[in-house]
Parts: sequence; structure tokens; C-alpha cells
Amino acid sequence: MLNVDQIKNGIVIDHIKAGQGIRIFNWLGLGRAPYNVAFVVNAFSVRMERKDIIKIDNTIEINFDVLGLIDPNITINIIENSVITEKIKLQLPERVSGVLVCKNPRCVTSAEKVPHVFILDDKKRKTYRCEYCDELCSAADFLQQSTPP
Amino acid sequence: MDQSGRKARRGQEAYRGVLNLHRVLDVRLSRRPSPAILGRMSLAGRHLIEPGDFSLEELDGLFSLAEKIEGEESRFRESCRGKLLAALFFEPSTRTRLSFEAAMLRLGGNCLGFAEAGSSSAAKGESLADTIRTVSSYADAVVMRNPKEGSALLASRVSGVPVINAGDGGHHHPTQTLTDLLTIRRFRGSPGNLTIGFCGDLKFGRTVHSLAKALSRYPEVREIFISPPELAVPGYITGAVLEKGVPCREAERLEDVIGDLDVLYMTRVQKERFFNEEDYIRLKDFYILTKDKMKNAKKTMIVLHPLPRVNEIDAEVDDDPRAVYFSQVKYGMYVRMALLASILGTV
Repeated sequence: MLNVDQIKNGIVIDHIKAGQGIRIFNWLGLGRAPYNVAFVVNAFSVRMERKDIIKIDNTIEINFDVLGLIDPNITINIIENSVITEKIKLQLPERVSGVLVCKNPRCVTSAEKVPHVFILDDKKRKTYRCEYCDELCSAADFLQQSTPP
Repeated sequence: MDQSGRKARRGQEAYRGVLNLHRVLDVRLSRRPSPAILGRMSLAGRHLIEPGDFSLEELDGLFSLAEKIEGEESRFRESCRGKLLAALFFEPSTRTRLSFEAAMLRLGGNCLGFAEAGSSSAAKGESLADTIRTVSSYADAVVMRNPKEGSALLASRVSGVPVINAGDGGHHHPTQTLTDLLTIRRFRGSPGNLTIGFCGDLKFGRTVHSLAKALSRYPEVREIFISPPELAVPGYITGAVLEKGVPCREAERLEDVIGDLDVLYMTRVQKERFFNEEDYIRLKDFYILTKDKMKNAKKTMIVLHPLPRVNEIDAEVDDDPRAVYFSQVKYGMYVRMALLASILGTV
């Protein structure tokens, strides 16, 4: 059994699909973090059998829309004075702005300086529709398109 | 709660605040408030970006007005006196541009604008948003054709006056849809309970995209898409049609389905859309309407075409009373007259 110290004030990103944790870890730039971060892979889970967990011993700004796109089943635990004060269940965001990029070369976003806005089109297939040209984009495309902050 | 705890809390609250703000903005800024919210709201001051922007009730009102104008045009000769329409055509267009200009002039209004991007400040590198902000300060309404998909929506967001989409790339062409719907109404009554076949280039044909979506709002409509696989209708269109519960299917040969159709909507198959010449030669004749093919069609079927026609409808079909594509051109002008008078709030 692996033991990881409790964190006092910070964030636990739990119920990450096993294997996806590294993507989130990299996306959040936690490899360069000047505070304690624990990254657990393949932890036992009653609900998921195996899961990844990231414990961040600091309060950081997280774009929950992005996390929801990467894995909508994630749970965020907010820790204050070593106690979970809030659990946030992520879901696929209904609308994302400046996160996904429209790949349609004929879309007006390819020529004008406007934010790329996508609307959730199909929850099951995790597809989004460009607000301007209706081009479909998968939530999974996000990680291929993006570079960590 | 210490500093970091408060920071986390503030972060969540800010996040929720952003979510709530999105909800508020969605209601306030959406270009498409639902017809239920709008009720019988007038069309004055509204944009037309895609056919779904107007409720069926509003479309019905618009078509009734177009019919009224057709019947008593002299009554409307001064309707738009003193009003100015900016016609911004970043792409060449003969029919649509002239139709809008004719419509505005027949209503007593005036037009300004350009017929190609080269003669606009876009050639100097000005953004579309800036062009629209400027022009909307001069004119009472803007009609725009632009090759970029979604350009009309962007224009509507920065314009101080109503924007009419006269074609945004291969995306939408809502005033052609109004023309098509009015033509169907004049010859067949409401599109409800009709089988409509779309034939030809369904991939890049924006008139098809707009009409297919618009028809899916009417009850008991059936749609058949007839094209080579290379030019099949995009998935987002069939998806939107199916979502409305409209039965639709795809076919490769016009002969196989022409007998089922109440309306045949022809479009041009362009050689340059094919990957190789062999495919073009193999497929092109399937999408040419001839007198022979018309023999298998219903006596009540009507043939529409957004024009210009090249060779996809044999000239010998023109004499068939079911060929209504030249009447369609005239209805296009009347429906644009009705649209301009409505959004300018002059009727």
C-alpha cells in the first residue's frame, strides 16, 4: 500500500481515468511546480478499478472547462485545513471559448481575430460544433491541438 | 480559512461566476433567441444569418407579405424611401446582388456598396469586423456575401444595423432558402407532407444546406439526398435533419428516386470538385435532368434550381410546366422586398 501525505490547503484531482493523469499533469505544468505535488497512477478504485490521482499542495487557478474536456468523470476536491470542504463533479462544458481550435480553413476564425467558440453538440460522442461554421470537433482533439500553459 | 483556502474558494466562485455570466450572455447576445421567447415579435431590427433565425410563424408572415407585394407592388413603392442598403459582396454574385438591389430600389430605397473584395478596404488588410462597424454607421441595413463561413454571424455581432447573410462560403444562404420556400408555397402550398429531393453537389452547395435544415422544421417532410459519395451532404446537415425526426436517405442515381419526389431541387455538379476526371465522367450524367427522366416523375412534381444553370438541366426541360426555376427568380426578388421592408420596420 502506497501512502501519500495529506495536503493541508490545495486541490485533489481524483477519479482520473487510468493513463490520463499524465496528460493533466503536463497540461497543468506540474512538472515545474515549486510546491508539493503527488501524482499517483493506477490507484485502486472501487468504482473504476484503476484510476489516477493528482494532489496539489497549493491553490492554483485551474480551467475546469479544459479538465472537463479531457475527462468529464473527474472529481475535484478542495482541501482547506486538511479537510475536504467541497467536491466538484466535472462535466463536459456546454460552451468553450478559446480552448478548442476550429480546423476548418474556410471558417471566419481562420481570418479574423475572434475567439474560437464551440458549443457542445453531442454529449455521448463528446463532439463540439464551431459556433461560426458548424465544423464538428471532438473533445479528444483538444490535447492534440494544445500545448501546456 | 487561511490565505490559500480563500484563494481556492475565490477561484471556484469566479468559475461559477463565469458560468453564470455565460448563461446571461447566451440569453442576451444569442443571435437566435428561440421562437418561443420571441412569440410574435416583429422582424424590425433583426438579423438573418440562417433560416432558423425566424420562426415558422414569422416566415409565414414574410411570405404573405411577399405575396401581397407581388399582387399590389405599387402600394409598396415608397415603403423604404430614405433608407439605405449597404450591399457588401466580397465574392462575385450577379443574381443575389442584383435581386437585393432591385428589391431595395423597387421599395423606393437606395443602395451603396461593392461587388468584389478588391474594391473594398479588405484589399488593404482591414478586418471584416472593422469594415462592418464602419459601413453600419452609414447604412440602415447590410447585406453581405463573404467566402468565409460564419462571417455573417461575426458581422451581426459588430454591426449596429440588421445584417442579412447573402452567402457565407459553403455554409448558408438564407435568402435563397426564403426564395425556395416561397416558390414551393406558391406551387405546392406548405412544404409539409412533401418529399423533397436534392440532387447534385450537396457537399459544397450552401443553398442545399440551408434549405434542408429549413424544411426539417415543417411537419411530415421527407428528404432524399442524391449525389456521388464525393459530393455527399455533410454529416452536420443530415444530423440536424434527423434530429428533427425527418426521415432522410441518400441515393446515388436520380433515376432511382425521381418517381418518389414532390419537389426536385437541382444543383450544379462542378468538374473541379472531383478528385479525378474518370469519376467525373462516370458520374456526371446521373445528375443531368432530361426530358426522359422527367417522364418518370410525378405530374405534380416541381423542379427548382438556385441558378445559374450550366448543363445539369437540359434546355428541353424548360418548356415542361413542372420546371419552375425561372419563376423562382422572381419570387426571390419579392421575398427580398418583404424581408427588407420587415427588418427596416417600414411595413
